[in-house]
Amino acid sequence: MTALPPDKPLVLGTHTLNSRLIVGTGKYTTFELMQECLEASGSDVITVAVRRERLVDSSGRNILEFIDLKRYTILPNTAGCFSTEDAIRVARLGREILRGLENAGADWVKLEVLADTRTLLPDPVATVEACKQLVDDGFQVLCYTSDDPITAKRLKAAGATSVMPAGSPIGSGQGVLNPNNIRICLEYLKENDPDYPVIIDAGVGTASDVAFAMELGCDGVLLNTAIASARDPLRMAVAMKQACEAGRHAVLSGRIPRKLYATASSPTEGVISRPLG
Amino acid sequence: MEIQLNGEPRTIETSWTIADLLNDLQIENRYCAVERNSHVVPREEHADCRLRPGDTIEVVTLVGGG
Repeated sequence: MTALPPDKPLVLGTHTLNSRLIVGTGKYTTFELMQECLEASGSDVITVAVRRERLVDSSGRNILEFIDLKRYTILPNTAGCFSTEDAIRVARLGREILRGLENAGADWVKLEVLADTRTLLPDPVATVEACKQLVDDGFQVLCYTSDDPITAKRLKAAGATSVMPAGSPIGSGQGVLNPNNIRICLEYLKENDPDYPVIIDAGVGTASDVAFAMELGCDGVLLNTAIASARDPLRMAVAMKQACEAGRHAVLSGRIPRKLYATASSPTEGVISRPLG
Repeated sequence: MEIQLNGEPRTIETSWTIADLLNDLQIENRYCAVERNSHVVPREEHADCRLRPGDTIEVVTLVGGG
């Protein structure tokens, strides 16, 4: 097979990624299964959450024992925070842990400031404010947000390294519900800045959702539940990796225009029968 | 004296530093971060940071998440 010219890597601030798929580490039934799925996904960035140490039973195993800290760049999130202040505190705690581990992820954060427990939709005002303050504090901020193009613009203006609109609510598995909003986000964020990274974060249900997000022109996809809660997580991890690559190849190739009527693939000349009408 | 530790009251020795507290809790220092009264205390300062009555301490680690 003729080798394709190499694709540009995904660059997020000072981080250069080989894979355009970022995967979470939550909801796995065992750490061993998580390890296998991370490997199969081909991702080089993985997300984690910051939580209180369990003081009653601190003899339990820590997830960090199952993560190759030389291989993966850890992206700590601020999941579960409902205010600017809490998100900033959690981001700083995550940084402190990763600094101690000498992991490359110590200088960035996946910012989530939620507004509502039922939808887990972001609070746009608090997210913009937290983004500004974290950028001032030296963080590279990857912002989880809704698919609203105006909020996306505000986050970029606030200094976000990447804007990461949700395809649909976190863990809902509904895929990209409003592709037109994502298209507008892409247009606004990449205007005169075509390499500005836009990542679909949340809502993925299956491999075609990932391919579709990439075909829209997104630079990457971040997902967790769709692999971890699949009946066969390991196989789904492979599917997600391939879908991400397939969607990327497709968008680089340029799809054909949609037409109302058929166009024959076989020659119309030299046919032995005559067409109808 | 009493402090708040991860949201619960806890009685500790008056002379304790953060390092003493972590040691007593048998927490792997490498995997945790400590916040005192909403500010991170860098690990290099754990041995020198003496706790005071009423301090609010959070000891956190990383867990699976998306």
